[in-house]
Amino acid sequence: MTTSDHLVDDALQTVTLTVNGSERTVAVPAHRTLLDGLRDEVGLPGTKSCCAEGECGACTVLLDGKAVNSCLVLCVEAEGHEVTTVEGLSADGLTDLQEEFLNAGAVQCGFCIPGQVVAAEYLLRTNPSPDEAEIREALSGNLCRCAGYQRIVRAVQATAERRGAAR
Amino acid sequence: MTTAPERALDELDISDDPGPGGQVGRPVLRYGGADRTTGAQRFVADLRFPGALQVALVTVPVGCADILGIDATAARAIPGVVDVVTPADLPSPMPRFGVSHTDRPVLADGRVNYHGEPVAAVVAETLDAAQAAARAVRVDHRELPGVYTLDAALAPGAHLVQEPSVRPGHALADTNVLEEAHYAWGDVEAEEGRSAVVVEDTYTFPMVTHFPIEPGGTVVVPTDQGGLDVYSPVQHPYLLQRTIASVIGLPLNQVRVVAPDPGGGFGGKQNPKLEPLLAFLALHTRRPCRLVLSLEETFQSMRRAGCRIRARTGFTEDGELTFHLVEADFLIGAYADVAPRVMGKGSYVAAGPYRIPGVRIDARAVMTNTTPSTAFRGFGSPQVAWATESQLDAGARLLGLDGLEIRRRNLVAKDEAFVRGESAATADGEWRQSLDKAAELIGWGTPLPPNRGRGIAVGIKPGATSGLSQSLVRLLCDGSAIVYAGTSDMGQGARTLWQQIVADELGTPLDQVSVVSGDTGTVPFDLQTSASRSTVFMGSAVLEACRDVRQRVLDLYAEATGIPAEQLEERPGALVTPDGELSLPEAARTALGSLRGEFIGQGTRRLRGKGSHPLGGDAAFYEFNATAIEVEVDRETGELLLTRHVTVSDVGTELNPLQVVSQDEGAAIMGLGHSQMEQLLLDEHGRIRNLGALDYRIPTFKDVPVELLTAAVENHDGPGPYGSKGISEGALLCTAGALGAAVAEATGVVIRDLPLTPERVWTALQSAPDRAD
Repeated sequence: MTTSDHLVDDALQTVTLTVNGSERTVAVPAHRTLLDGLRDEVGLPGTKSCCAEGECGACTVLLDGKAVNSCLVLCVEAEGHEVTTVEGLSADGLTDLQEEFLNAGAVQCGFCIPGQVVAAEYLLRTNPSPDEAEIREALSGNLCRCAGYQRIVRAVQATAERRGAAR
Repeated sequence: MTTAPERALDELDISDDPGPGGQVGRPVLRYGGADRTTGAQRFVADLRFPGALQVALVTVPVGCADILGIDATAARAIPGVVDVVTPADLPSPMPRFGVSHTDRPVLADGRVNYHGEPVAAVVAETLDAAQAAARAVRVDHRELPGVYTLDAALAPGAHLVQEPSVRPGHALADTNVLEEAHYAWGDVEAEEGRSAVVVEDTYTFPMVTHFPIEPGGTVVVPTDQGGLDVYSPVQHPYLLQRTIASVIGLPLNQVRVVAPDPGGGFGGKQNPKLEPLLAFLALHTRRPCRLVLSLEETFQSMRRAGCRIRARTGFTEDGELTFHLVEADFLIGAYADVAPRVMGKGSYVAAGPYRIPGVRIDARAVMTNTTPSTAFRGFGSPQVAWATESQLDAGARLLGLDGLEIRRRNLVAKDEAFVRGESAATADGEWRQSLDKAAELIGWGTPLPPNRGRGIAVGIKPGATSGLSQSLVRLLCDGSAIVYAGTSDMGQGARTLWQQIVADELGTPLDQVSVVSGDTGTVPFDLQTSASRSTVFMGSAVLEACRDVRQRVLDLYAEATGIPAEQLEERPGALVTPDGELSLPEAARTALGSLRGEFIGQGTRRLRGKGSHPLGGDAAFYEFNATAIEVEVDRETGELLLTRHVTVSDVGTELNPLQVVSQDEGAAIMGLGHSQMEQLLLDEHGRIRNLGALDYRIPTFKDVPVELLTAAVENHDGPGPYGSKGISEGALLCTAGALGAAVAEATGVVIRDLPLTPERVWTALQSAPDRAD
């Protein structure tokens, strides 16, 4: 290892992106992830960091409406894109989905829940009436060590029913 | 002024009747739950500390090495680096701490004893700089022949993890055995003589890691008064406060521990680990110092002890147990943490909840150069239950009995001893009811298609054997209330219960009860959040504080109105006067009058230990669980599909059925983790090979059984409020035994090593003499 390996390339890049409907400009080094950019630069800590390698889903956000692990996206890659975080989903108070998470007893320690809520919202937007197998498949990238899995499935089912009845 | 009397737990007079408000026993939604769904909940990594320095740890890439020198020249040259702190910057001798032995150094003291042990720490203005500098620190080290397995640690001439000089004259000083536990009763030899069947085998249980989704971290802020504010998501804030105060040399009032809700603990966040280092860094730099762990660093900070159990068990022709011999070696880590107690408490129940005339249990806590093992949901019980439950099934198979029948014949009745001798323990519940309920729910005895099997198992775990919880309840002049209770709410939902209890006992609307916790600066003492103790201990303290409030309302009401106190009577939610019954908030308003103010009630629940008892006292309660599993085995791949999984726990009283279900389901699935897939694998240098979420698999949505059913047996026979017991661990105690028996029934092949991975199952099927093909 040479000394240059230790140097930090902290040249800042200016990135403009839309977060929860508002245009935001941040200055970050090129290696900064969208996850860290959202938490540390935009000031939205609702998105959580756990594995930092795309395996746990705690950092799930919507990028142009699609669920992604924000730890696997560089902040600079989000230039010009739209990001929705859990805070954006709940801007007008609890959503029906969040209410059903509570009603089902799906929320325990809560650390994975923002990611679960975003992933489940994405599922319901793309598949309004998923069956149990589809819910399990769609959320299989979101780990919950409290293992509220069965409760979360019920919350998603109950939300789908509510939305179906409202249509 | 009256104060709430302290009473020993067994002297409690706690009503079995829920209060008049009816909130206790209802599926009240989680206190603080909404913030957990919106992202508003602040975990430790979400807190902002202006001017904080970021910390990165320096380690060496092996599990055991002598440190010959540390060169931080290049690291210090990196812009933004404030300092590189090495042992030379710490007091000499190196400060050490620990809950059972004061053996853990703040930084590695001349020798690295496990992979990931910090050798030095970098503090820098940015995390990027700190991490770059940590990589740039040159640690000159010489690898030693560390011991990473039980066999290596127990071999003659093995490298000693702990210097023998640490315990001069101790019989075990020249070995890697840190502590032993021995329990015995009856005449084992005579019992063997009358046995019709004897089975003997060896079972292994893997090292597994807690894998909380919140990796955790610590921030320490030096105060202007020379003290320290410590932010850490710990289960035991008061233990951390005492540890920091002791290591640094500060009075307790100068150390304030703020404990944001842990994002999952499971035992891993009980005991101090890196917090003392952060305290020294903050003192050294006079700046706030912040360390947020990676998941990999969390793996290197906490794990469950692996275990190897040799068991020899006898039965009569009728399937009655005659004797049970257990030799259990717990593979603990490089420092003691609470592992000796895990070994001692787990092996105490190694004979299970059974009627056995002759028992001998010999257990050892064996040190290795690995991550210090600590408390983990189940606390030693799942390891021994795996062996003992499997032995029952082995006996049953030889005797032509099924797994349910052999357990029915041996399970103790209520008040019957399952541990005999000087430190006897008796069943504190009608445990047979849980067993029968689990059998009913799994459809025991109904026909099965090919390649399917069922297993049933039971498990027990001793609750806390001593303890202290203190609480304050303030009834404010408008009838709302604030509870101060030091229990850490890490997902079990403790605060919801306090809210329910106060609502019923004071007659306050549920949504007007708030709970303050997680701050040693404002909340009274609580010993710990562990061993599923909080419902019983803190719940009783909160209940008593409410009663204290009611008595104070009565006294002041008498003084304010001139009605003699003897003519008044307080009861849950109400004050009875000669003119009729008033709601308690209404009576409080009258009593407080125009000056307003409030009532402050105090509650204390103390369980004194017994010095002569090997566990330090009798368990306040036992968690008892029966689990039944139906599995389909794919003979081509070795994969297991759990078609039905049932757990039934003896809970006393469900204070909140929704939370009981959540805890039971969560424990059951966590139990499937160590039964089916989880295991920490080490390389020859003692490094964790599957370090991180990519390679260490925990159950996902797709691993949940097709049907997962939980049920509770309620006989209102627990020592907690309204007859409750602790409940949070039961459903993982015997998961492995039930699954192993189910696989054996499905395939005819018995596997004695966990986890039952597809590879292991497939391999066992290939070597089985009765292969179907």
